[in-house]
Amino acid sequence: MSQDTLFDKVWDLHKVANLPGGSDQIFIGLHLIHEVTSPQAFGALKDKNLKVKFPNRTVATVDHIVPTDNQSRPFKDNLAEQMIDTLEKNCLEHEIKFFNIGSGNQGIVHVVAPELGLTQPGMTIACGDSHTSTHGAFGSIAFGIGTSQVRDVLASQTIAMNKLKVRQIWCENKLPNGIFAKDLILNIINQLGVKAGVGYAYEFAGPAISALSMEERMTICNMSIEGGARCGYINPDEKTFSYIKDRIFSPKEENWEKAIKWWKSLQSSDSSIYDDVFKLDASKIEPTITWGITPGQSISINQKIPTLKEIEPCDQFIAGEAYEYMGFKPGQSIKDTPIDVCFIGSCTNGRISDLRIAAEVLKHHKVAKNIKAFVVPGSEMVAKEAKEEGLDRIFINAGFQWREPGCSMCLAMNSDKLMGNQVSASSSNRNFKGRQGSPNGRTLLMSPAMVAAASIAGKVSDVRDFINK
Amino acid sequence: MKSIFNPPIGSISEINGKCISLIGDDIDTDRIIPARFLKCINFDALGKSVFDDDRKTLKGNHPFDLECNNGASILIVNSNFGCGSSREHAPQALMRWGIKAIIGESFADIFYSNCIAIGIPCFTLPSSTIKTMQKYTDNKDFFLKIDLYKSIALAKDLKFNLEIKESSKKMFLSGEWDATSTLLANKSLIEEKINELPYIKFNNDSP
Ligand code: SF4
Repeated sequence: MSQDTLFDKVWDLHKVANLPGGSDQIFIGLHLIHEVTSPQAFGALKDKNLKVKFPNRTVATVDHIVPTDNQSRPFKDNLAEQMIDTLEKNCLEHEIKFFNIGSGNQGIVHVVAPELGLTQPGMTIACGDSHTSTHGAFGSIAFGIGTSQVRDVLASQTIAMNKLKVRQIWCENKLPNGIFAKDLILNIINQLGVKAGVGYAYEFAGPAISALSMEERMTICNMSIEGGARCGYINPDEKTFSYIKDRIFSPKEENWEKAIKWWKSLQSSDSSIYDDVFKLDASKIEPTITWGITPGQSISINQKIPTLKEIEPCDQFIAGEAYEYMGFKPGQSIKDTPIDVCFIGSCTNGRISDLRIAAEVLKHHKVAKNIKAFVVPGSEMVAKEAKEEGLDRIFINAGFQWREPGCSMCLAMNSDKLMGNQVSASSSNRNFKGRQGSPNGRTLLMSPAMVAAASIAGKVSDVRDFINK
Repeated sequence: MKSIFNPPIGSISEINGKCISLIGDDIDTDRIIPARFLKCINFDALGKSVFDDDRKTLKGNHPFDLECNNGASILIVNSNFGCGSSREHAPQALMRWGIKAIIGESFADIFYSNCIAIGIPCFTLPSSTIKTMQKYTDNKDFFLKIDLYKSIALAKDLKFNLEIKESSKKMFLSGEWDATSTLLANKSLIEEKINELPYIKFNNDSP
C-alpha cells in the first residue's frame, strides 16, 4: 500500500467514514457539472425528494452540445436546446453558479475551472466526465464519476469509493525541441498499455514533468484515463502557485500565504512509498501519432505500423480490429498518410499555449487543398486571449475556420463530425471507433503542432520539418 | 427488448438468466452508446440504441441483434470492458436492453462503479474461463444461475467460482449499492469535515 504520497494525504484528509461495505466515504471539495451527465442526477434528486447539500461547492458550465458556428438561442438542434435549457433551470432552482455562453467564462469544463482558479492543490474534485483527471495537474485528486455519483455529490457532497493504489511515473531528462506533452503522454500510454492504470492513481514526476508548463501538465493528467487511471496528478510547485495567483477564485491577501504553506505540505517526498514505479526517458521521445482505435496504439513518426508478430499476444485481437477499421496494413508507414480533416481543440489541447504553438507552425503557410481545418478554443477566455494576440488571424489566413468554444469534434455531439471514412488529424484524446461522429470515421491523435503540420502538407508530417527551418 | 423497464431495487442476491457473449478487448463506452444518444435528459430511451454503430456495421449479425440472444440478461465480455468516457448512459443502455449482470476478464474503473451504482453486479473470471464460457454461449443457449452470496455461477453441469470485490458484494446483498441514503446517514460527519478542511476556510465562500 502506498504511504505518504500526495494522494494518500489528500485522500485521508477527505475521508468522512468507513462505509459498511468496506469502501470509503470521500468528501468532494469541488464538484463540476455540465449539461450531459447532470440532468438525470437532478431528476433523481427530485425523485428522492432531496436538496443540493452545499450548492456553493458545485460549479456549472456548458460544453459538450454547444454548436461552434452559430450559438444564438434557441439552438438549431432542439435536443441541444433542451439540454442547455434544463441545465439553466436546474442551476437556477438549486442556486448553483453557472458560467453560460457569453459570460466570458464558458468553455470546456476542464479548461474553465483552472482558468477561474477553482482548481487548487489538495482538493478532491469530481465531475461527471472521465477527463476530470486533468485537474490533477495542480496536485488535486480529481476523477470522473457517473451520473448516480453526481446525484450523490449533489445530495451529500460525498461519494462511496475504494482507495486507489499509486503508481509513480518518473520521466527522466527533458523533452527535445519540437516534442510536446501530448507526445509524452501517448508514449506513456503506449508503453504501459490502456488498462495498466485500472485501480491506480498515476503520479507523474521527474525532471521532464517539472520542466512542463501548467498547460502541458494538464495535457498529461488529462489523458491518465486513457491509460486506465481514473486519476493522475503532479505535485504542486512554484509554477502551480503562480498559475493560480490572482485568478477569480484563488485565495486572496493573507489567505494566499496560508494556502501556499498548506499546499507545500501536501507534496510527496523522498520517503513516500508507491505501489509501483515506472521509469521513462523523455529525451528519447519523437513526434507520436496513433494508428489504431485505442490511444495506446501509437507509434512515432518514423516508425512503421506494427505487425501482429510485434504485438503482445494479449493486444493482438484489438490490433486486428484496428487494421481492419483504419484500413492500414501492418508494416506500412504512418508518415504521409493522407488527411481529410484537421481539428485543433478539446480539453487535452485546446488551451492558449496549444493555439500559440499551432499558429507558430501555420504562420506563412496555407492549409492544403481539400482539407477541412478548424480550430475550437477550449473556452471563451482562451478565445479572447487568442484574438488579442492575433492568433485567430493567423489561423484564418492559413485557411482554418475559427470557431466558438466547446467540445466540438472531440466527441461530435454537435454538428462538427467526420463523414464516411474520413481521416482526421486531431489534437483530442480518443480515437475510438465512431468517436468523431461517423461510424467509420478514422481519428489520428497527435499534438496540436503536428495537426498544424498535417494541415499544411495534407498528410501526416513531421512538425520538426516546419519549426526547425 | 422488454416493453416495461423495472429498475432493480433493494438487495440483489441471485440472478438467473440466459447469457450473451460479446467478444473483444477494450470495448469503450463510445461503442456501447455513441455520443449522439447522449442528447437526452433521462435514460429511458437508451435500450434500443445500445451498440448502435457496431450493430449497423454488422447488419443484423451483432450479438445484440441475433435472435438466439433475445431475452438474454447475463453479458460475458473480455478485458477492460467499458473503458473511455464516464457516461453512465453506457450501463444504463445495457440495463434497459435487458442486462442484469456482467461477467468479464476485467472492467474499466468508472464503468465498474457506474454499474454498482445502478445495480448491475460485475464479476471477473480468468481469461481462459471467459473464453470457454463464450464458446458455450455461441454454440447453444447457455443459462447461468448466479448466487452472489456464495459467489458462484451454476450451469446445468458446470460450476464457476466468480470473483467480485468484497465491498461490492456486501453492497448488493445489503441493498446499499444505491448509496445516497447510506452517505446521508453520516450527515454530522460530513458537516464536521467541511469545517475542518483548510481550503474551505482560505477560499472564504468560493467557489
Ligand atoms: S473536450 Fe472531449 S474529452 Fe474533453 S470534456 Fe469535451 S468531450 Fe470530453
